Amino acid sequence: MKTEQPLGGRILTPAFLICGLLFLISLIFIAKRFIYGLGAVSNLSDGYPWGLWIAFDVVIGTALGCGGYAMALLVYVFNKGEYHPLVRPALMTSLFGYTLAGVAVVIDVGRYWQLYNIFLPWHMNLNSVLLEVALCVGAYVAVLWIEFSPAFLTKFGGENAKAFMNKIMFVFIALGILLPTMHQSSLGTVMVVAGSKLNPLWWTPLLPLLFLMSCIFLGYAIVVFESSITGSRYPIADESHLLEKVSGVMAWLIAAYLVIRFADLIIRGHLGLAFRGDLLGNMFLLENNLLLIPMAFLFIPAYRKNARVMFFCAVSIVLAAVIYRFNTYIIGFDPGNGWHYFPSVGELFITLGIVSLEIMAFLYFIKRLPIYRRS
Amino acid sequence: MKIERRDFLKGLAGSAVLAMAPAASAIAASSGKTRLPDALGLLYDSTLCVGCQTCMVACKKANNMPIEYSGSQRLWDNPVDLSSKTLNIIKAYENGTPKVKDREIDGYAFIKRQCMHCVDPACVSACPASAMTKDAKTGIVSYNKDACIGCRYCQVACPFDIPKFEWDNPFPKIVKCQLCNHLLVNGQIPACASECPTGATLFGPVKDLLIEAERRQTMIPGKYYEFPVSEVSSAKKQVHKARNYISYIYGKNDGGGTQTLMLAGVPFNKLGLPMLPDRSYAAMAENIQHTLYKGMILPILAFGGLIYLVKRVEKNKKE
Repeated sequence: MKTEQPLGGRILTPAFLICGLLFLISLIFIAKRFIYGLGAVSNLSDGYPWGLWIAFDVVIGTALGCGGYAMALLVYVFNKGEYHPLVRPALMTSLFGYTLAGVAVVIDVGRYWQLYNIFLPWHMNLNSVLLEVALCVGAYVAVLWIEFSPAFLTKFGGENAKAFMNKIMFVFIALGILLPTMHQSSLGTVMVVAGSKLNPLWWTPLLPLLFLMSCIFLGYAIVVFESSITGSRYPIADESHLLEKVSGVMAWLIAAYLVIRFADLIIRGHLGLAFRGDLLGNMFLLENNLLLIPMAFLFIPAYRKNARVMFFCAVSIVLAAVIYRFNTYIIGFDPGNGWHYFPSVGELFITLGIVSLEIMAFLYFIKRLPIYRRS
Repeated sequence: MKIERRDFLKGLAGSAVLAMAPAASAIAASSGKTRLPDALGLLYDSTLCVGCQTCMVACKKANNMPIEYSGSQRLWDNPVDLSSKTLNIIKAYENGTPKVKDREIDGYAFIKRQCMHCVDPACVSACPASAMTKDAKTGIVSYNKDACIGCRYCQVACPFDIPKFEWDNPFPKIVKCQLCNHLLVNGQIPACASECPTGATLFGPVKDLLIEAERRQTMIPGKYYEFPVSEVSSAKKQVHKARNYISYIYGKNDGGGTQTLMLAGVPFNKLGLPMLPDRSYAAMAENIQHTLYKGMILPILAFGGLIYLVKRVEKNKKE
């Protein structure tokens, strides 16, 4: 039986060094933010209190980290043990996506030195959607590190500890499915209270359902995307037969999502807003066409065998889910009163730095830890 | 092994039902919180306001707020909008050749903006750390910086854009009107109401303010009436000619109701106020949350089910 092994190779590649440089630049802006305040580095305002960091680093970052969740869902809930080889690489991306979302939150919140208040029962507001998201994401980061611990323990030879972890792992695998179901849907609920400030193309009481479904097909797409990239560069076992099937699942899930998305808009009488030719209407059309087109391809079995088509479909689906989240959190959000928002250089660099850190960690982990199954 | 499409769809349908339930209940369920019997608030009558901005000066003094400059000459306090330095502001509406006060076309009007002290406040519902609270008796919405984590979800949630953040402070806090509750404990009334020379801003129990607002709605334009000054129960009264009120009490039901009520001669959306449904968005979000997480019953059941499913797969793997 094939097992996961480190891929080996040099760590300090040009790609790694460029990421390192970007990360160092971001540290300058991070320092500035902590010395002079949020206004000094960001374009955030009283009208747009949430910008790139919340929308991208947290909401999109954790959604991009849903590969582990989507694969676990397939393996455990739908009893498809055959997909097991896809789980560990997916889990690793989740680990970074979520951990760094936590880092981004510390940079974003104004009173970070009091952040622990949300863990104190007498401060908790059980009506707050954001509380649920925060606690759930916090717990999930811990669960991810535990789920991932066998990879470390294999490397550092903790055989007894590994055996013990494997015995109790089922609890954490179950939590690893439960927690993302809770907080990824809640990340949609977060914007329900924004009400009249969110354009009706995106505001709906179904936000939690749409966020949950889209994070799952986004998770599948990320797994396809990652395997294609890693597979083209490193000698890993060919998993295309598995990816082919995953893609069939994606097509159905996207179809169900689009039916709900459009039915909801038609019932609430706001579909007309999509065809007004303005920015918001076009963003809506872009977001949904980026799903519709790959869905059509993925329904045809012949295309699912074509690695190139699969890759472009995955990219399109990832983009669609990312744009959906940008639309819901920033572009479709209008506080009125002439407020505008576009991320500042400082905001962009801090986000870029965090993403760079993620890529560096990814490269290091696949080379030094048993993540992929070698061919 | 082939993917059983039926299995997959079954699972999908199950999850969809689970996630739809809260959405359906959010639409159908209760309409959120109701007015407190002893709630305190303000009635702002745009037709009585002369735009003198005395309330703004009084507010700054009473709350020790810094002067805010706009434009190049740093001579006097002239904020352009509410901010972390300005809790209360008078703005002007103008249309065409602004000749007549309180007229929509070719007219002008004033509008006072500050916290509306909502009946079912979105900021209180949204705040994860209970830094925003609504007083159980007076209904005043206040802020506690020692609880606040600075996440600014209150700003995202507030339909009136009231909570403001200190963007240029490395140790920032949220700033908002708290209806001068530091004065109320000494038996005084909010500074904007006590200093208003025309009675445009009136303080009092919300139930009395609502009666007063209803009374003004029945006034015949052009006839003279008595209007109380500062406090709704005040013996000090002024006589004014009633203007042409639009027949709408802003805040009576808007967004689930507010404790700051408003009357005007110009439609409120023209004066920059949002048009909100009678049911607060906070109530909708809370209904979704509570349906899913009441007593954590659903998550615990789901957790049990998942443990079973995971064990099943692990067992298969060993065999």
